[in-house]
Amino acid sequence: MTIYLLCLILFCCGLYCILRKRNIIKIILGIIIAEYAANLFFILVAYRLNGRAPIFSPDTTITNMVDPLPHALVLTAIVIGLATTALLVIIAMRIYEKYGTFDITKIKELKG
Amino acid sequence: MSREHGKGMSLIVKTVTRLTVGLILLYGIYIVLHGHLSPGGGFAGGVIIALSFIHLMLAYGKEIALKKLSKPILSLFESIGAITFLSIALLGFSGGYFFLNFISKGKPFKLFSAGIIPFCNIAICLKVGAGLFAIFVVLVLLKFDAENKE
Amino acid sequence: MTPTSHIIPLFVAVSLAGAFLISLTAKKLKWLPDIMGSLTTLILLVLSIVAVYMTNKQGTFVYNAGNWKLPSGISLVLDPLTSFMLVTINLIAFLTAVYSVNYMERFTSKWKFYTLFLLMLAGMNGVVITGDMFNLFVFLEIAAVASYALVAFGTEKHELEAAFKYAVMGTVGSLFILIGIVFLYSYTSTLNMADMAQILLQKPKANLTLIVSVLFLMGFGLKAAMVPFHAWLPDAHPSAPAPISAMLSGVLIKSLGIYTLCRIFYNVLGINSSLSSILMFLGTLSMIIGGLLAIGQWDFKRLLAYSSISQVGYIILGIGLGTPLGIAAALFHLFNHSVFKSLLFLNSGALEYATGTRDLREMGGLTQKMPVTGTTNFIASMSIAGIPPLNGFWSKLLIIIAAVQANRYGYALCAVLISILTLAMYIKVLKFAFLGRLKEKWNKVKEIPRFMSLAMVILAFICIIGGILLIPNISNIFLKPASDILMGGKNYASIILEGIQ
Repeated sequence: MTIYLLCLILFCCGLYCILRKRNIIKIILGIIIAEYAANLFFILVAYRLNGRAPIFSPDTTITNMVDPLPHALVLTAIVIGLATTALLVIIAMRIYEKYGTFDITKIKELKG
Repeated sequence: MSREHGKGMSLIVKTVTRLTVGLILLYGIYIVLHGHLSPGGGFAGGVIIALSFIHLMLAYGKEIALKKLSKPILSLFESIGAITFLSIALLGFSGGYFFLNFISKGKPFKLFSAGIIPFCNIAICLKVGAGLFAIFVVLVLLKFDAENKE
Repeated sequence: MTPTSHIIPLFVAVSLAGAFLISLTAKKLKWLPDIMGSLTTLILLVLSIVAVYMTNKQGTFVYNAGNWKLPSGISLVLDPLTSFMLVTINLIAFLTAVYSVNYMERFTSKWKFYTLFLLMLAGMNGVVITGDMFNLFVFLEIAAVASYALVAFGTEKHELEAAFKYAVMGTVGSLFILIGIVFLYSYTSTLNMADMAQILLQKPKANLTLIVSVLFLMGFGLKAAMVPFHAWLPDAHPSAPAPISAMLSGVLIKSLGIYTLCRIFYNVLGINSSLSSILMFLGTLSMIIGGLLAIGQWDFKRLLAYSSISQVGYIILGIGLGTPLGIAAALFHLFNHSVFKSLLFLNSGALEYATGTRDLREMGGLTQKMPVTGTTNFIASMSIAGIPPLNGFWSKLLIIIAAVQANRYGYALCAVLISILTLAMYIKVLKFAFLGRLKEKWNKVKEIPRFMSLAMVILAFICIIGGILLIPNISNIFLKPASDILMGGKNYASIILEGIQ
């Protein structure tokens, strides 16, 4: 149970970073932290007591293995996270090019 | 390559890079080709292959890395990877189902087995490797544009 | 498995193939992206009409990708609700693709636009057609990432800012959805939506369903721009190029937000009275706040974006009511809103194309110079405000009647009042932009090119005849089966698991 709570705390750190920080790069870091907390949670859900990695090989028989499906799914989620992060970083760089700052309190063309 | 001391990092880094970069590339190809037998696969292998080029770029500067793999070729590889994957999926219709594993599966734990999976891995590797390196190249080039303006 | 069901995976495959072929060949063949864009979307439109015909004849189709059997493999499901959404999405996509042929000439790299456009379309079609929880998340992210990039397409100051805001909020929304899916998976040990529904039905009632409901409400509500989560929409939708604004407001928030919301709450988790009252309350709140904020705007596209929030509120109110009439009316309003809101965004794009401004105060009397835009805008405005006999009138009337029948008089009153507010805001647009005296500087304004007019005229025509969807014979083909799927609730699971194999 403790380990799930630690995972929740990590997620909340990410959310805090997204909501409170004023620097665009720090917001992106917050997103990355929250994303990894979600992925970590998924991996933790897959764990079985005393389970081992679900790698099938000819010379051993596996009796007790962890759930393999979430591993594949987390890989997909990581790929999606990679795409999102790359896009966010490129947008942040373009914003710096136009505004000359990373501070979101100074970037406010849009209002109302 | 060793003649160009002007660009990139120091001689030590360049020498180490020259020795290791081929091995990294080979390891990436190994991971892709054995994706259906051992942990790994198209995505992991593609990332490693992209990292070998990024390594080259960090050590020698962007010109040399881009001479090996230029931007139009990157986007070509990326599109070819995607189209190959999609056509493998569509070829499944020949057996009656989308994404059907229509080639004979062979014996388990042999290199030539598992039907379409190795081909899917190769397509994914092309897409991921080219895509990741393209992202890196774009970020680097964009930064240079911004500096030139100032 | 019948041979006709092979068209099901094509909805994703065709749009992806179009996107990749464009990116592969566009550098050599400059003329190709236009033709490929329109052709791909036309094929998809034809396929989705075939899908309506199929579901009308034989009910629900289940397609097992790669011939993996149901609970373990990924299944694609074609039921009447899906085919209804597919027709809506692909109709708007086709018309905006036709419109972009002329409109996108202002931008430099057309092929990038079409690649992203078709990727977004693939994502939306995938979200609608999939029967697997994680697959839904993947397609949702494909559509969302493509739309972030499309919002930033112009790379001007405000576009980048809007895209950043949209991307951050959208990613947080997706994270909530992912965590919700993890909770569901850990509880039911399956990802197939039908299987999941059945297991949830057999297991005892748990608090977990409550947590998952809240997470999904936040995640999908953010995608659908319900009021507490609406802050990204008024920035993101006006900043995109006009065809993309039409797609975002017209279908993206509906397929990613509303469709997923009703599919999961009605068919997988099972709706209860507290959830439906939350939905009704949030819907009414979006209706009121969106309407009030819209009326003060002077930027045409921003006004339309706020009005989208307000109209989405109507749809969510109808879905929250939970009565057969309410759901049918909500789905009908969803279709109508896609049609007239995308028409209005295309109008705003036409104005921007011709005059170069979006500020209503600078326009005036433009109907004399741009008769097609003026007329279609008039039709769309009257339709969204609910003037009979246009389609918007019928769907709003049905929502109000449904609210009265369910003894929700307060909500019905709100719906009527906001309808009047909507009329006011669109009369404002008509007065400042199209009617009145022509200003000196617009004397040289020309009517927009052919393809743009064509798309707008077709949409306006659908606005006029939209009411015929309510005639019993047509409604039985298109609208009624779709709402029956939602009303059937958890029968969805048994239909898919046992019905067709």
